[in-house]
Amino acid sequence: MQSQQEFRIETRTWLEQNCPESMRTSMVQEEVIWGGRNAEFANPDSAIWLQRMAQKGWTCPTWPSEYGGGGLDKDQAIVLAEELARINARPALTSFGISMLGPVLLEYGNHQQKQEHIPKIVRGEIRWCQGYSEPGSGSDLASLSTKAELQGDNYLINGSKVWTSYADKADWIFCLVRTDFDVPKHSGISFILFDMASEGVSTKPIQLISGSSPFCETFFDDVKAPASNLVGRLNEGWAIAKRLLQHERTMISGFGLSAGQSDDGGTTSSISSLEGTAMHYRGDSKKLSDPVLRDQIARFKIDADAFAHTSRRSLEESKQGQGPNATSSMLKNYGCELNKRRYELMLQAIGTQGLGWEGEGFNDEELQLTREWLRSKANSIEGGTSEVQLNIIAKRVLGLPDILSLAQK
Amino acid sequence: MALVLSEDQQLLKDSAKNFCEQNAPVSVLRGLRDSKDEQGYDQTIWSQMIDLGWAGMAIPEAYGGFDFGYGGLGVVLEETGKTLVSSPLISTVLAGATAIVQLGSETQKQDLLPKIVAGELLTAIALDEHVIHNPSKIATTATRIEDGYSLNGSKTFVLDGHIANMLIVVARTSGETDSEQGISLFLVDANAKGLNVARTIMVDSRNCSNIQFNNVAVAEDALLGELDQGFNGLDTVLDIARIGIAAEMLGSMQTVFESILEFLKQREQFGVLIGSFQGLQHRAAEMYSEIELCKSSVRAALAGLDDPNTTRAEIAELASMTKAKLSEVFFLVSNEGIQMHGGIGMTDEFDVGFFIKRARVAQQFLGDASFHRDRYATLNGF
Ligand SMILES: Cc1cc2nc3c(=O)[nH]c(=O)nc-3n(C[C@H](O)[C@H](O)[C@H](O)COP(=O)(O)OP(=O)(O)OC[C@H]3O[C@@H](n4cnc5c(N)ncnc54)[C@H](O)[C@@H]3O)c2cc1C
Ligand SMILES: Cc1cc2nc3c(=O)[nH]c(=O)nc-3n(C[C@H](O)[C@H](O)[C@H](O)COP(=O)(O)OP(=O)(O)OC[C@H]3O[C@@H](n4cnc5c(N)ncnc54)[C@H](O)[C@@H]3O)c2cc1C
Repeated sequence: MQSQQEFRIETRTWLEQNCPESMRTSMVQEEVIWGGRNAEFANPDSAIWLQRMAQKGWTCPTWPSEYGGGGLDKDQAIVLAEELARINARPALTSFGISMLGPVLLEYGNHQQKQEHIPKIVRGEIRWCQGYSEPGSGSDLASLSTKAELQGDNYLINGSKVWTSYADKADWIFCLVRTDFDVPKHSGISFILFDMASEGVSTKPIQLISGSSPFCETFFDDVKAPASNLVGRLNEGWAIAKRLLQHERTMISGFGLSAGQSDDGGTTSSISSLEGTAMHYRGDSKKLSDPVLRDQIARFKIDADAFAHTSRRSLEESKQGQGPNATSSMLKNYGCELNKRRYELMLQAIGTQGLGWEGEGFNDEELQLTREWLRSKANSIEGGTSEVQLNIIAKRVLGLPDILSLAQK
Repeated sequence: MALVLSEDQQLLKDSAKNFCEQNAPVSVLRGLRDSKDEQGYDQTIWSQMIDLGWAGMAIPEAYGGFDFGYGGLGVVLEETGKTLVSSPLISTVLAGATAIVQLGSETQKQDLLPKIVAGELLTAIALDEHVIHNPSKIATTATRIEDGYSLNGSKTFVLDGHIANMLIVVARTSGETDSEQGISLFLVDANAKGLNVARTIMVDSRNCSNIQFNNVAVAEDALLGELDQGFNGLDTVLDIARIGIAAEMLGSMQTVFESILEFLKQREQFGVLIGSFQGLQHRAAEMYSEIELCKSSVRAALAGLDDPNTTRAEIAELASMTKAKLSEVFFLVSNEGIQMHGGIGMTDEFDVGFFIKRARVAQQFLGDASFHRDRYATLNGF
């Protein structure tokens, strides 16, 4: 076994040789790499960086090398993350395949499914979207009614989803469908994968308050998906669905860590420090002159530090190979609220310059801040609302009785 | 001090409500935004508002107004706040006319106020110079020249600056940049030479601008109020405007709250109305309580303005109390407005987004909660 120190040296050397200079700068929104059939590389170095990282499997460091992943253990993955952070390297690839689908496919998928999909996620060849929420099923996700019926070797899918992030840009969808209408709601759900280019799939973008249109209404009209695309067992999709949500939350809780969040939902770190910004806009040099704002920022930063330690502790406590658990709800909720607080404080720090929408009179960072502040409001809605997280904490972590199931008795 | 509306005020409020709902719903603001309207307000609606007498609401009869007091203007602002009406009501009627009433010479009042009542004159107050409201920190200078003054400097966050015919400019005629002493106000024609007005497109889709003064020459009689001693009068004008804007915020937060309640009573999840969840019920009940406090604060402040016995110090305290409270509660309600609607709350198609955008601008306008808490403490000697 290679020692940690050796691994660190080897990693550092590799990164020094392989990470292009322009990839060692803070991410800008337009250059986030989502991959997929129509991947866009605004900066050509991004393509080189992705190709090199993917070859080592380091876009998905802990995934098994059998399927193209990095095959690193947890400690090695931490070293890699630290070394990437050391040179301020940009993420080579950001995707729902990495943060959501991959982990559950590795856990619940069969060999053939893993072989087909995992390497393409690692290399960023296929871009995935999440078909969970429906107009009538948001927080009560398990009541979903998009229907899948077996016809020969295919499932025939009919129904609609809503708030599907990037459905118009995605190549494939991981989708929750109802395969049995005659059993309690949790027991008739299945988890299926299909190509968004299939006949009968259509999408309609929805505009956000921040001005961009990252999510869609998604319609399925007699869409055919091969029966072999069902993940796990028929009618046992709810367990997979929840597992995936835990991964999603862990990702979203990361917004509470240092990086900001771009208008289209990817993380960027273009925002400079709160305190630095507040001082800059007041012309202060050594000490922030507004004592109230100073107190609020200090309070925020202390919470953020404590949160970062908690995320780290949670990572260290989770056993090798075992994903996040119900505490992911705590992290998700806290991280989101922190991120929203950061943006509100940022607006206070910048004053009226943070109230622009477009055009003259504001610089690019100021305008981006306004949009990101608006976008951050979704953090406590996407991936399950804060209320849902608090309910889960109360029920699953604290063991408190559930009024809904009590009432049904 | 009457904290319930008089019969006349109630009638006025009902008719304003009706007008705003029928003629000036939020979709009008949306349309102005989407069409990138040059004026930033609907001139037909503004003419109708003029016809309704809204521009003369708080102007004495002697100058063509209707002497309905700030209580009257306040209920109108509350209703325009409910549908986010973008109009010169705040810049011209609430702030501009008040400045002229409070500080103007007899000639200035006779000359300008009837024009405001008739909708022939739009004004804008050019005050702030920094990203944080600070009305005594004035670096824009007015220096004596032959026959008048020459203005130099720059202003930001000037409401309706690009549509105003006349600017009311806060400038320094003496003293240090931070001093209340040495501040004077000037009436400046929008076409004056050396004036550069650049409209800024704000998040709330209302009119704002940045203005530069490069040797803008004004005549002797452009002075509004006393030379060097303008701050006190200005502060009164600002306090009245702060109370007026709070009335508008009161209207806006009520719309958001109504929308929340409606949703809680209509959206079903887990087989029940989401309004049956105590996690949401308690927050709604808390918001209700806060909004009730806001209503009382606004009513008390407006009544204080119309009561001739209210002292300058009392007005200042009422203004800071009200603006601080309303800023805090509008912040809360606008955030909950998105959160409690779930995904729909984040969509541009749904109106609540316009309200959170307006909330942040209104919160900062003429001092945010922190500014006013600090001022409140100072006013109360602690
Ligand atoms: C930016 C963004 C991106 C998204 N991307 C995706 C995506 O890619 N794929 C996808 O499938 N979905 C996505 N979503 C949808 C998201 O998961 C849902 O919006 C969310 O689960 C809430 O559902 P809803 O919008 O129907 O709100 P509702 O469920 O109708 O909730 C309304 C309000 O009621 C509250 N509430 C509901 N139940 C309870 C309860 N039991 N106790 C207390 N309060 C309760 C909620 O917390 C909320 O405040 C996205 C949403 C956003 C905003
Ligand atoms: C984005 C998002 C994320 C979510 N994440 C989670 C999560 O991590 N964990 C979670 O529990 N819920 C999650 N949910 C769903 C929601 O929190 C649950 O539906 C909620 O906990 C209420 O469901 P329930 O099972 O308690 O009640 P009901 O749906 O009303 O069910 C009634 C009772 O039946 C039981 N029941 C019925 N069928 C089944 C079944 N097949 N398996 C297990 N129990 C069954 C339930 O436990 C419950 O006691 C999420 C929802 C959204 C929208």
